[in-house]
Amino acid sequence: MRHQTQAKTFEVEKIRKDFPILNRKVNGYPLVYFDNAATSQTPQQVIDVIVDYYSNYNANIHRGVHSLSQEATDKYEQARIKLQKHFNAEKPYEIIFTSGTTHGINLVASGFSEFLKEGDEILVSAMEHHSNIVPWQMLCERTGAILKVIPINLKGELIYSEYEKLINENTKLVFVNHVSNALGSVNPIKEIIEKAHANNAAVLIDGAQAAPHIKADVQALDVDFYVASAHKMCGPTGVGILYGKEAWLEKLPPYQGGGEMIATVSFEKTTYAGLPHKFEAGTPNICGGIAFGAAIDYMNQIGFDEIAAYEHELLEYATGKLKEIEGMKIYGEAEEKTAVISFNIEGLHPYDIGTLLDKMGIAVRTGHHCAQPVMDFFKIPGTVRASFSFYNSHDEIDSFIEAVKKAKMMLQ
Amino acid sequence: MTIQEKQKEVIEEFSMFDDWMQRYEYMIELGKSLPLIDEKYKIDENLIKGCQSKVWVHAELEGDKLVFTADSDAIITKGIVAILIRVFSNQHPSEIIEADTAFIDEIGLKEHLSPTRANGLVSMIKQLKMYAVAYQTQLN
Repeated sequence: MRHQTQAKTFEVEKIRKDFPILNRKVNGYPLVYFDNAATSQTPQQVIDVIVDYYSNYNANIHRGVHSLSQEATDKYEQARIKLQKHFNAEKPYEIIFTSGTTHGINLVASGFSEFLKEGDEILVSAMEHHSNIVPWQMLCERTGAILKVIPINLKGELIYSEYEKLINENTKLVFVNHVSNALGSVNPIKEIIEKAHANNAAVLIDGAQAAPHIKADVQALDVDFYVASAHKMCGPTGVGILYGKEAWLEKLPPYQGGGEMIATVSFEKTTYAGLPHKFEAGTPNICGGIAFGAAIDYMNQIGFDEIAAYEHELLEYATGKLKEIEGMKIYGEAEEKTAVISFNIEGLHPYDIGTLLDKMGIAVRTGHHCAQPVMDFFKIPGTVRASFSFYNSHDEIDSFIEAVKKAKMMLQ
Repeated sequence: MTIQEKQKEVIEEFSMFDDWMQRYEYMIELGKSLPLIDEKYKIDENLIKGCQSKVWVHAELEGDKLVFTADSDAIITKGIVAILIRVFSNQHPSEIIEADTAFIDEIGLKEHLSPTRANGLVSMIKQLKMYAVAYQTQLN
């Protein structure tokens, strides 16, 4: 019954063969990797690109006269175009390579200190990751701007009516995640962006948790900035993107000084390079950027609609099975959510459950998920978080459920 | 009994178990059964902040021996805390300062002392030794 039509058309067994790590054993058990919201696994197709880069054309880019440098530059810039197309940016140079989402957020936050004055307001949601709160607090300290928080309800959804109340003519920037890392809730970013623009506020969306599941169209969203990380979408760590509208990127000051980001340098005056190089000081993560492009190709080949449908099926299946366990409490039951389940079992500490699951080869995250304000809201020290990807299977969920039951039995 | 003798005793106890599950069941048992600390000492000043589970430690001198009591909100951590207390408590501070924790590895619980584990145990051992250093100075 449970293997429905969707699962048959979605060839998960074939896809699993692309991921060598899924063959390994952990503590004597076959690995069940349910920590995809922390980082995703890498398919052979992407690993091959990394090996190919270091085996055949490793060179510094944008400056060499020699062939290897030219090849590497071409591949790197091709990757930028792949990302441009994927996120539907208007221009390739609106895609800035970063070291990851956190870097992108800090770049924008740092630049905004030039535009803010005392009394200006920044809105963030109550379901943000720590990396999304701290840069704004620092920005507020530097400029005298005020940080205001959009509250969430018990289902783990942003309260839109509260957002409407908070936004006003002093609001200069709105910052929310597309999808919450701790709860999986999908935020209504299109409405949020429209409302912000009606108040002349800019919007930065953190797409780190959304990008692996939802294809964001930055032009259709009319978003000012969108950030994401490669390592959550089958790519390597240490690379990500910042999308910014051309006009905004022109206006923002450079974030770091160094090679690559300059046009001319003298001790009297340095002029900055144009986009995207203005924000890409120093030698970038060349191989990472190219591999990110390959990861995007890989995921698009499978299809984001197909991925989303299959993951939703996994989510429903796992949620149903978990709810059969006595004492189960699931946090985050938004109408629209990605394949993330944050839960606790009454009377048990999430750390104990996570420890025993690991002994049975199951990788989950436990703790506050770097979202302490969310945990404070629910008045809990943390949760166990299982997050699924398109290469996970129903059988793995069955093993996970059995392991949770076993852990519960041992701990009670 | 010296710290080393106690460690040997714990190692022998754990050698009876065939697999991880028996070891963990035993630790969970230890965690559940032992009253480890007076509630009045479960205060923030005695809290060792691990990332995920809380660990409280209290130390006081009885004669020339240092007596530890401790607790944790996670049961497996509490089980290990119980083992550590059993080994290190009621010893002369100088013995505690010099003791190593290799026995944790030998009883198959090494993973809990990895710094990435963030369960407060690494900090707890550090704290036990710091108490020992402090009380050693007092004894001198």
